Amino acid sequence: MENNLIVSVSPHIKTKDSYIKIMWSVVLALLPAGIAGVFIFGLSALKVIVISLITALLTEAIIQKLRHKRITIFDGSCFITGLLLAYNLPPSVPWWLPSVGSFFAIAIVKQAFGGLGYNIFNPALAGRAFLLASWPLHMTRWTPPHWTTDAVSSATPLAILKHNLSDAVSGATLIGIVREREFSHTLSFYGKLFLGDRAGCIGEVCILAILLGAVFLLYKGYIRWYTPFSFIFTVGFLSWVFLGKGLFKGDWLFYILTGGLFLGAFFMATDYVTTPLTKKGQIIFGLGCGILTFLIRKFSGYPEGVSYSILMMNAATPIIDRYTKPKKFGIIKQKQ
Amino acid sequence: MFLRNKFSGGIHPPTYKELTQNCPIEEIPPPQKVVIPLIQHIGGPCLPLVKSGEEVKLGQKIGSSDKYISSPVHASLAGKVSHIEDFNHPVLGKSPAIFIERGQDSYTNAISQKDPTGLSPEELKKIIQEAGIVGLGGAGFPTHVKLSPPKPIEVLILNAAECEPYLTCDERLLCEKPSEILKGLEIIIKIISPQEIFLGIEDNKEEAIGILKNTLQAMGLTNKIKMVILKTKYPQGGEKQLIKAITGKEVPSGGLPFDVGVLVQNVQTAFAIYEAVYKGKPLYERVITVSGKAIKKRGNFKVRIGTLVSEIVEFCGGFIENPKKIIFGGPMMGIAQWSLEVPVIKGTSGILFLSEEELNFEEPGPCIRCGRCIEVCPAKIMPASIALAGEYKRWNIVPQYHPLDCIECGACSYICPTRRDLVQFIKLAKQYGK
Repeated sequence: MENNLIVSVSPHIKTKDSYIKIMWSVVLALLPAGIAGVFIFGLSALKVIVISLITALLTEAIIQKLRHKRITIFDGSCFITGLLLAYNLPPSVPWWLPSVGSFFAIAIVKQAFGGLGYNIFNPALAGRAFLLASWPLHMTRWTPPHWTTDAVSSATPLAILKHNLSDAVSGATLIGIVREREFSHTLSFYGKLFLGDRAGCIGEVCILAILLGAVFLLYKGYIRWYTPFSFIFTVGFLSWVFLGKGLFKGDWLFYILTGGLFLGAFFMATDYVTTPLTKKGQIIFGLGCGILTFLIRKFSGYPEGVSYSILMMNAATPIIDRYTKPKKFGIIKQKQ
Repeated sequence: MFLRNKFSGGIHPPTYKELTQNCPIEEIPPPQKVVIPLIQHIGGPCLPLVKSGEEVKLGQKIGSSDKYISSPVHASLAGKVSHIEDFNHPVLGKSPAIFIERGQDSYTNAISQKDPTGLSPEELKKIIQEAGIVGLGGAGFPTHVKLSPPKPIEVLILNAAECEPYLTCDERLLCEKPSEILKGLEIIIKIISPQEIFLGIEDNKEEAIGILKNTLQAMGLTNKIKMVILKTKYPQGGEKQLIKAITGKEVPSGGLPFDVGVLVQNVQTAFAIYEAVYKGKPLYERVITVSGKAIKKRGNFKVRIGTLVSEIVEFCGGFIENPKKIIFGGPMMGIAQWSLEVPVIKGTSGILFLSEEELNFEEPGPCIRCGRCIEVCPAKIMPASIALAGEYKRWNIVPQYHPLDCIECGACSYICPTRRDLVQFIKLAKQYGK
């Protein structure tokens, strides 16, 4: 019997919350947004999700095999990457696009840096950035929800606003939506945005579904509110101040409900690996993301900036970590 | 009775106290053989005062040192010294030890018994020193040294938190010997004359809290000794955390409790002081918890120091299943053993026989930077960063993360979702990170 005794350093008991359980919980939390996406955009969205997932799993397995590592494709982490990449694509992209993006995300952004825990950038977002840079046309060709009739071409609400698109270029419905907003702040308008009745990426449109998943993760303690809150708050605040006709007149609700803000804030800015370690750091991370998103939306050529802002803040994570160390126990101001 | 400031961090592991919480203290009959290690404390090792073949009486001093920071050892069995040689030690691995074989029962009062009310603090300290009393919470620092602080003590705390999972020996002793423990506490009060006295206990020990309340009332100590009921949270019983929770003071980094005018004593230490002063009995037995799902009979047992684990296993009726780990102390800070031939020492608060299921053992994985270890760290350092640096042997960058402030409570390793051995990396960092 004595030969079978394990001798190791304390502690000898461990929590049952393993990372595999956490990862699969995140996958579970992501499902509502995907289901909503398929419901809104039809089966083409499902096709994108499935192709992205399968490519992610295969890429991870092949690379781990080549690196003579244990194959860990079922730990859930590359499921998350596959799902998130698909969620960040328009529903009507050609079939090979999610495949290329997923491959890039797993092979270059994750595995080339050493696999789980060692990547600097969020794989799904870096994959999306790669696709956007390489095939900008495919990446900005939007489809409206499948129940609208004018399926010729469409644009996201943010793009319509940014480029002042005329009816000829963009879907009439969306122009209608934005115009409606300008004239009357009706509940039904925000309700449409909240439920996802607009053009956009597969997983970003239905805020309700995203919040469902987010509340589950917050309840389980797998993500903290610090980053999402400071991110969304900053975007909302800056939009309110600067994006209206005159200071403090911006339609902040419109700006936080459109684009990929909720998806990014709750599922990508909370990624453990690529964000700061401490609470203070995470709040700063969210603030930075918010400011960058605002700057991109206002001043750059892109209508949307959530994914770039998170990627840029990913790069800033080590330096945030360096300056946000917790104050250790036992350092007190000496009273005279 | 009130709740005070919490310490930050901490975890809520399953306590498993229900396994032994209601088991009254039972005495394990003296074994045929005991092995008394000559080092059972922090400080100078003892030299044997007896030779092999010599007859010894129960309670006879058999090892001592001329160093001030040291503590003598006593025979826990009447009989014959069979030999003196190096033997397994639960903490140090190996240490010189005195082997005693059981013979005719005989007892000697190693300490002359006097009326405790008339004794001066110095005389009391002498008795505590002669009785071989060390901190029985586990660290084993000689108590007479701890009771001679270089700075005046304002606050005395009796540590009845017992925050380690599984362990219930302090709790049972509080239920069964409350007045003795309080008398021991009064002796400590007499020695250091503090202005305020607290008794810190976790709120999961309802029976003990009730009994203590009544005893305090019966002894007329309610105004003198304030009972503080603390939230059940690990490591609530850690010395610095307990002080923070009760007084709101933070022991400075690198400092000791007396730096903020506080002294903490463990329940069993107070009981040992009572026995030494009132009964003239040196420390040759103590109460331990035997628990874990692999052992047949679990409970709280009074055992002689030097009893081998194999004897205790036999008394407890053997194993239900083969244990995967045998631990001296609690599961969070205890020390894993590789053999059953290990003696109980003064600082042993429990022996756990853990099954595979309880261990929940998995291979460690990569750090996913979730930051949970930082959230739960009561010392507020960054275990993840220390471990990452340690993984690449970059010990030169480790000091900025303050590994020396780690109290090795194990909360970080417990919570780590990829099962990283964070405590191990921090222990290495303490050694190399300079």
